[in-house]
Amino acid sequence: MNDLHSLVSILLLQAGYNTIVVMLGAAALGAATGIVGVFAMLRRRALVADAVAHATLPGVALGFIVAVSLGFSGRSLPFLMTGAALTAILAALAIQWITNRTRLTEDTAIASVLATFFALGIVMLTVIQTLKTGGQAGLDIYLLGATAGMLREEAITLAVFSLVVAIAVAAIFKELTLISFDADYARAHGFPVRLLDLAILALVLAVVVIGLRVVGLVLIVALLITPPAAARFWTNHTGRMTLISAMIGAASAYFGAAISAVSPDTPTGAVIVLVAFALLLFSVFFGSARGIVVRALGARQWRGAS
Amino acid sequence: MTSFLQIDLPAMLTGTLAALVCALIGNFLVLTRQSMLGDAMGHVVLPGIVIAFVLAGTTATWVMLAGAFAAALFSAMLVEFLRRIAGVEPSAALGSVFTAMFALGVLLLEQSGVARTSFDVHHILFGNIETAIWPAAAGLRSLFDTAALASLPPQLGRLAFGLAVVALVIVLLFKELRVVSFDPDFARTIGISPRMIGALIVALAALAAVISLSSVGVILLVAMMVCPPATARMLTDDLKTQVLLSLLFALASGVFGYAIAVLLPLAFGYEISFGAAGTIAVVAGLFQLAAMLFGPKRGIPRTV
Repeated sequence: MNDLHSLVSILLLQAGYNTIVVMLGAAALGAATGIVGVFAMLRRRALVADAVAHATLPGVALGFIVAVSLGFSGRSLPFLMTGAALTAILAALAIQWITNRTRLTEDTAIASVLATFFALGIVMLTVIQTLKTGGQAGLDIYLLGATAGMLREEAITLAVFSLVVAIAVAAIFKELTLISFDADYARAHGFPVRLLDLAILALVLAVVVIGLRVVGLVLIVALLITPPAAARFWTNHTGRMTLISAMIGAASAYFGAAISAVSPDTPTGAVIVLVAFALLLFSVFFGSARGIVVRALGARQWRGAS
Repeated sequence: MTSFLQIDLPAMLTGTLAALVCALIGNFLVLTRQSMLGDAMGHVVLPGIVIAFVLAGTTATWVMLAGAFAAALFSAMLVEFLRRIAGVEPSAALGSVFTAMFALGVLLLEQSGVARTSFDVHHILFGNIETAIWPAAAGLRSLFDTAALASLPPQLGRLAFGLAVVALVIVLLFKELRVVSFDPDFARTIGISPRMIGALIVALAALAAVISLSSVGVILLVAMMVCPPATARMLTDDLKTQVLLSLLFALASGVFGYAIAVLLPLAFGYEISFGAAGTIAVVAGLFQLAAMLFGPKRGIPRTV
């Protein structure tokens, strides 16, 4: 009961100033992943996103080692995010190379890159844990995410990055929509399809790296997959779908961060993903465009008219 | 010698046996373009294992298997519901379900208090084969002493059993598996159901995943289901040769990986040791990289 009470007060933004900023930062991140996820899903990049997310782990470990050896704090976000971005890009290139240059199929490329990079990251983490520098406990949160102990500056950085991603999508929204539905038509009319696909991949990389701190690299891909899948049930219009996906992503991250603020033991990423999945199930039944309930009612009306 | 037998041999055997069973069935996952299945499987069974452990209070093999299969079945039904009844795009249905199941598993681990006793999120993710020990070993003659052998870590028996089952099914149904993997349409015309054989492949992969998960962790399982078969595929066109080569690479990854992780640093007098499960997976990945760079079957994508 006490928990419920504190949850309600947190949801209503009556918690401490720091918690509020963190929740809003998480919501901004959720919105950004919701937006990018729409195009990642339509261009079938979801599984690549999963591999790329897991591949950030060796980069995070590398960032930690570099930061510590240069005399900075091992938890310094710029170092960790730069490292994460580097190995994520390397993984994306490796998947491309294997798919294009060897007989192995794309699913094998994705799975082997995911496994090898993630394993390398884990080996580096075990090495770091035996170093006597301190602060390595903080690295665990990049696996499953945590909002506990998050600083205001970090949350503001998240929000700013997320805003940049949203603006980038808005700027090329028409082109992205076109290649998502008819890549051949787009190519025939001189649109740079390869370049636009690369842009989608870059946006995926960006939100994955930004999202590490809150959602963790194991589950961040869920925020790219589940909100767009839920949004599909509310509209058939791409623009509206993107907006709804952003709202569902934001709501998932906001509630998830709030719930994990009440019980500090819970990994934030896991809670956020479960909230998103609950919203997907709700949309499946009650979505206004293709929800099961709506379709059942529609079918009855149709029978009644004939 | 005794300390090698007590500490290193059981851990090395655990890692290697898990590598073998995963690589064996992985050949057919790679050929039927289901390489990500190991990854999905490793994620969805987690809540089943945790719930089974909480309810039964034991990590006995059959309890774990039952929980894992229940979770896998539930996930499969959920995916089918989202795909067929709700109309969610197939890969989104799969992706949303396996992330949600893993999230549920993580949450149950943390909330049930199991985390600090038998399992740990880290063990499931990273694998912890170093906990496999054989205290009864006292010199080489223990290898022939049935009383001492009986006290080998239980996961060794589990993994050996799984390896035997998977190997037996593959030997018995090799012709069917081959034709379904390479040419499902032809299989249909000669009366072999690709659906049935496909379901069999998935069931064997689930068995391999469940018995490996609790002893070596998700990451070794995912790596071994894809890397050794992919390595072998870069070297040969013949399925039988591919399967045998994949087992060879799995064995080499297990032995060298463990040696690099644990024995090498010791030999140089360092106190650090790398996580053995992770190192084995990395070694398997390096074998694959070498095969992709220098193997005879690189270049233009070919089909058989």
